[in-house]
Amino acid sequence: MTPLPESDLPIAITMLLLFGAILTIAAGLVRRSFAWPVACVTLLVVLGDAVAMLLAVVRGGPVRHTLGGWAAPIGIEYVVDALGAFVVVVIALVSVAVALYARAAVRAENPDQEVAFLGMMLTLLLGLTGMVLTGDLFNLYVFYEISSLAGYALLAVGDRKAPVAAFRYVILGTTGASFYLLGIGFLYLLTGSLNMADVARLMPSLHDNPALPVALALIITGVGLKTALFPLHGWQPDAYTHASSTTTAIIAPVMTKVSAFVLLRLLFFVFGVDLVTRILPAGTILAWLSAAGILVTSVMAIAQRDVKRMLAYSSVAQLGYIGLGIGLANPWALTGAVLHILNHATMKCCLFLVTGSVALHARRRTVAEYAGLGRTMPWTFASFTLAALAMVGLPPTNGFFSKWYLLLGTIQSGSWALVVVVAASSLLTAVYFFRLLERIYTAPATAEPAPPAGDAEAAMLVPTVVLAVAVVVLGLCNSWFVTQVLQPALPAAIRLPGS
Amino acid sequence: MEQVVEQSLRPLIAVLASLIAVPLIVASSRRPNVRETWTVLAALVKATVVLSMLPDVLAGRMPTCRLWEISPGVALELRVDALGLVFAIVSSVLWVLTSFYTIGYVRGAGEKKQTRFFASFALSLCSAVGIAFAGNLLTFLVFFEMLTVATYPLVLHKETDAARRGARTYLAYTLPAGIALLVAIAITWSIAGTLEFVPGGFLDRTMASPALLTSLFGLFLFGVGVKAGLMPVHAWLPAAMVAPTPVSALLHAVAVVKAGVFGVLRVTGFVFGPTLMRELSLGTCLAWIAGATVVLASLLALSQDNLKRRLAYSTVGHLSYIVLGAALLNVWSWTGAILHLAFHATMKITLFFCAGAIYVRTHKENVSELAGIGRQMPFTMGAFAIGSLGLAGVPGINGFVSKLSLLAGTAQADQTALLALLLLSGVLNAAYFFPIVHTAFFRRGDGDAGFAEASPWMVVPLVITALLSIALGLAPDLGVHAWDLALATASRVTGGTLP
Repeated sequence: MTPLPESDLPIAITMLLLFGAILTIAAGLVRRSFAWPVACVTLLVVLGDAVAMLLAVVRGGPVRHTLGGWAAPIGIEYVVDALGAFVVVVIALVSVAVALYARAAVRAENPDQEVAFLGMMLTLLLGLTGMVLTGDLFNLYVFYEISSLAGYALLAVGDRKAPVAAFRYVILGTTGASFYLLGIGFLYLLTGSLNMADVARLMPSLHDNPALPVALALIITGVGLKTALFPLHGWQPDAYTHASSTTTAIIAPVMTKVSAFVLLRLLFFVFGVDLVTRILPAGTILAWLSAAGILVTSVMAIAQRDVKRMLAYSSVAQLGYIGLGIGLANPWALTGAVLHILNHATMKCCLFLVTGSVALHARRRTVAEYAGLGRTMPWTFASFTLAALAMVGLPPTNGFFSKWYLLLGTIQSGSWALVVVVAASSLLTAVYFFRLLERIYTAPATAEPAPPAGDAEAAMLVPTVVLAVAVVVLGLCNSWFVTQVLQPALPAAIRLPGS
Repeated sequence: MEQVVEQSLRPLIAVLASLIAVPLIVASSRRPNVRETWTVLAALVKATVVLSMLPDVLAGRMPTCRLWEISPGVALELRVDALGLVFAIVSSVLWVLTSFYTIGYVRGAGEKKQTRFFASFALSLCSAVGIAFAGNLLTFLVFFEMLTVATYPLVLHKETDAARRGARTYLAYTLPAGIALLVAIAITWSIAGTLEFVPGGFLDRTMASPALLTSLFGLFLFGVGVKAGLMPVHAWLPAAMVAPTPVSALLHAVAVVKAGVFGVLRVTGFVFGPTLMRELSLGTCLAWIAGATVVLASLLALSQDNLKRRLAYSTVGHLSYIVLGAALLNVWSWTGAILHLAFHATMKITLFFCAGAIYVRTHKENVSELAGIGRQMPFTMGAFAIGSLGLAGVPGINGFVSKLSLLAGTAQADQTALLALLLLSGVLNAAYFFPIVHTAFFRRGDGDAGFAEASPWMVVPLVITALLSIALGLAPDLGVHAWDLALATASRVTGGTLP
């Protein structure tokens, strides 16, 4: 079917993005307007590759690629299961949507940096897809750093305070990476291997080793920082608020979600379900910290006046759902967590695209300034409304279904306090979204100057609307994903009964 | 009588008819006549399809449309049983009349944003029929929450401060209720492993501790009780009266609040069931809450001068008649409850139609201003008199039939105190309705303008609903076999038969 053998599909994504990034910059040096088409074509090809990979995995099981023909565990290996392949498809989809949006947005916001911006965006995606695809712990560190470095550069482009916020992220991100590196150092000393499958195989013999909890804690902290898990989220609100619209729209939905996925991979596929849930209380700690985070950051979101900042806090809260699901480590909770990785990516991307359109087209940023925009930008805010309903968790949007699974998970875990947290958090979310929606649709437009009539241009509007539709479609079709992709890819101990 | 499942697309068509109308309504926003044609067309198609299923259901068949799974093991399923059909017939047939009335109202009152109004209205009806036909709790919840969302813009419609307050109150009650229902359904799934409605209930006391089952019932009751206007969570209903009158007429007297009591019927009869309810004494408990609501609401109605608010409190009282019938769990009480669900609708919609006609014609909203209006608007106030007499329980009008069955139900349950409460409430009904009729016909107003009815768009529907109330009072089984449908459901749920 595909021009490539199946085992080459994963590495092709890395290569495409690597050379795509270089080509984009080269083409941009020749003539600035060449850069965008090159970046778009690269991403479309990556999307095709990712879809082919997903089909191959669903049909024939995990795809493996050994780099340079060096067999694992000595060589580096790429391992893609259905879940990983699906995450890559989502990354590719979101980035295609953002790339289509990016040309208009970047030219309006920071025209001088267009070429560098697109190059960095591809580099970021190179790092993030690599983190999903690789089956090697050290290789994961390399991709972690690649994506972080690209992230620093992207976040630094924005308003006047963006460099400060980005610098803060440089410090914290580097700290996180060092934590992770130390963690795998411990694991390497204990096992003598860096291959994930190999380490996982050796893990049961190490359960009594006192160094293992240290390795686990270091790795959770390192990846948690990049995921912006509460209370390691300090860098995130500032960085999102001050970065350019396009940057936030790509980093918010994708980067933290990929990190969450990596956390899940490391906990359940490398350290093992037994160790994380029964032998060490890592899961429980993660669950309760996330629960606290959900409440604290939801309240913080209510207190914000800047819409982007409100969404940034809301992101941390939503990542709390994911952390909670991973921490509880039971089949339903995990289903909810993984589903939410994908669902939150679509809805948050849609919301940030809207804030971008509003900032560029109508020059509004704060909750108060959004008043009356529902009338002037009908399609933009129809999309915003759908995504907001998904954030609150109202059916038939995808947010409802992640909440449903997560609730089943908290009930299965037997801790009623957590049930209350999940229930309460959707009410808190409703407070800040309905407050905004009420203003958008009913308040008279107050801020001067009057906003221009009509939606933003089609290049910015279409990706927004497509994502809003996806929010509903993914909701109604969630069961296909859960039974066909998610369940087969999970370890037997944390799979739903009967699948 | 055993019910036979029969595969059919008709339930789906009935639900989708008004959903498909939404984009058409939005698309023709610049041509009001085309736009209203879509509304009327959708209403007619919906009512026809719903009515076409009547012979099947009377013959003991259940037209069923099982769509895809929305959660592993739970499908989006529409299934038409006798109870669901009663609710669907009531909402869809009355929607046809309301559509004509609404056209007269919004044009007569010069309402703004008519497109949004008609679109939300169609979406609400889609949800109401979805609730009626939902075959399991999750499908029920999806439509129940969609109804909440679809009604919100209608309450907010006038965009005044009062409307904003009303809409906030509405959300402050309905969103927590939705969450409670979600949690209740999640608990039900985890203890029972099924969510399908079964006549006589599917929960039993071996599934969980009595404390958990009782709390579960509490959650369910809060979840559906808010929309059913049970005290003490009824306050949103009077607040929601800021909405334009057609909304109050169809949604806050028929579709939304009846969705709440319909939910009570589903939960008591098809989830918990009479046996478990008796074992845990839940029925008696619920009966007393309902009984208290009946009397308190009637007393509050007495003190309201605003006509629509008086009607709203009257609605709160009458909804609890139905809840009371559901709680007593015998065949008379259930028959009475289901009949009252249908019959209260024809009477109360008449009254709201009248209130709207008076408002459009004279801009009067208070009872005290209505002196002499009977001479000015004889048809309107004649219909109002019929509706009031019916609600007070005068023989010859359909309210008498349902109230009599409910009284028989209290007698059958040996609840003399509740029987007395019902009789008292009948007297109170007379006390708060007759002064209105008296003022309208027998007191001289200032000026005494001659005959001045509202437009025929409004008067014809309200005369039809009034005549319908009389016809059903004289022959309860006329046309749609309301009596047969109610009795069939009652005997299936309670296992009893009429002597």
